[in-house]
Amino acid sequence: MNLNEAKLQFVTSQGDDALILSHRVTEWCGHGPELEEDIALSNIGLDLLGQAQSLLNYAGELEGKGRNADDMAYKRIEREFKNLLLVEQPNGNYADTIAKHFFYDVYHYFLLLDLKNSSDEFLRGFAEKSIKEVAYHLRHTSQWVIRFGDGTEESHEKIQTAINQIWKYTGEMFMKDEISDFLEKEGVIPNIDALKAKWEGKVREVLNESTLKYPETTFMAKGGRDGIHSENLGYMLTDMQYLVRTYPDAKWD
Amino acid sequence: MLSKAEIENLLSEIPDPEIPIISIKELGILRDVKLNNDEVEVVITPTYSGCPAMRLIEDQIKEALGEQGIEKFKVTSVLTPAWTTDWITDEAKKKLEDYGIAPPEKFSPDKSLLDPFGPKDLRCPHCKSKDVKMVSQFGSTACKAHYKCNDCLEPFDYFKCI
Repeated sequence: MNLNEAKLQFVTSQGDDALILSHRVTEWCGHGPELEEDIALSNIGLDLLGQAQSLLNYAGELEGKGRNADDMAYKRIEREFKNLLLVEQPNGNYADTIAKHFFYDVYHYFLLLDLKNSSDEFLRGFAEKSIKEVAYHLRHTSQWVIRFGDGTEESHEKIQTAINQIWKYTGEMFMKDEISDFLEKEGVIPNIDALKAKWEGKVREVLNESTLKYPETTFMAKGGRDGIHSENLGYMLTDMQYLVRTYPDAKWD
Repeated sequence: MLSKAEIENLLSEIPDPEIPIISIKELGILRDVKLNNDEVEVVITPTYSGCPAMRLIEDQIKEALGEQGIEKFKVTSVLTPAWTTDWITDEAKKKLEDYGIAPPEKFSPDKSLLDPFGPKDLRCPHCKSKDVKMVSQFGSTACKAHYKCNDCLEPFDYFKCI
């Protein structure tokens, strides 16, 4: 297997996670449950968008066809997006959004922590930068999971339902294939099983503190990393890509 | 042709678009000026990955160089080394406080990341009381958190340390 090609797959999938979650979370803008949360989610969306831009620019470089982050975001079709099914799920109620982000934030945080020691120079620098932002994201969602879980009967029930419903999309983060095995061997990415153990540890810790039940694993959905998405992504891309597709090369100035 | 030091001085006067009382140099965004033969390269780094002010800062740099008749230049944005609030000079921290923004504490990555209790010695930039309360970790810009003073009751921004 070609190292460049394998890196391209990984970097694209990470860039797509950040981009799609960023776009999804900004749907809350102007609709947040309180002003501070509205601002918080916009800030988080902005961090993710910046990270997506860095990653997709790097993906363009690895690909070597002269594409930049804008081309990657606006000119690819659904099947070419390699994000997790988790991040494209609709926002639902606030507990649904918090549950989705919490599971992603724990994964994102521990992955970046390991990428600080990647054999890839770009990824090392990128991780060093982004982890400081993601630490704030994780702190934010952990606190909300605890507040909901250990809050009123109603908030407890809503966050537990949200966790149970989104749970089947968490397995995809830790699915292995020949590309991940190869990248691990090359020291680009961490061992997926070790990453999963850290994720489970942190999730258990927060759920315990929240008086919430750790869901039992049953069926885990997959497909996003291979470009096979839920219906939700298509609608989102239609929104996101509308302007660029309708007015190609339009400029603001 | 201006010298490296002269160009640095010139660019040091560019204010940060979001917090105009301090310059991009004081904030640590302006990293380096290189003279490659007859081309000027200006190296900048974003505070946060998604900082929306980067494009404007780039434009301001281009304008400042253009006014000096410098035609061959490029602005390079780098992520490494990662920006940290420790780069903000003490003088600039004083300016921030006078402006009504509580300056960042010293950042220690091992302790600060995931520390749920936040800054320890934070004081209200208005009345200097240490009896303050966090309203939200996310404030008016990516780099700030939103606080309230329990003594003078004024809300204020805290420049988050990262």
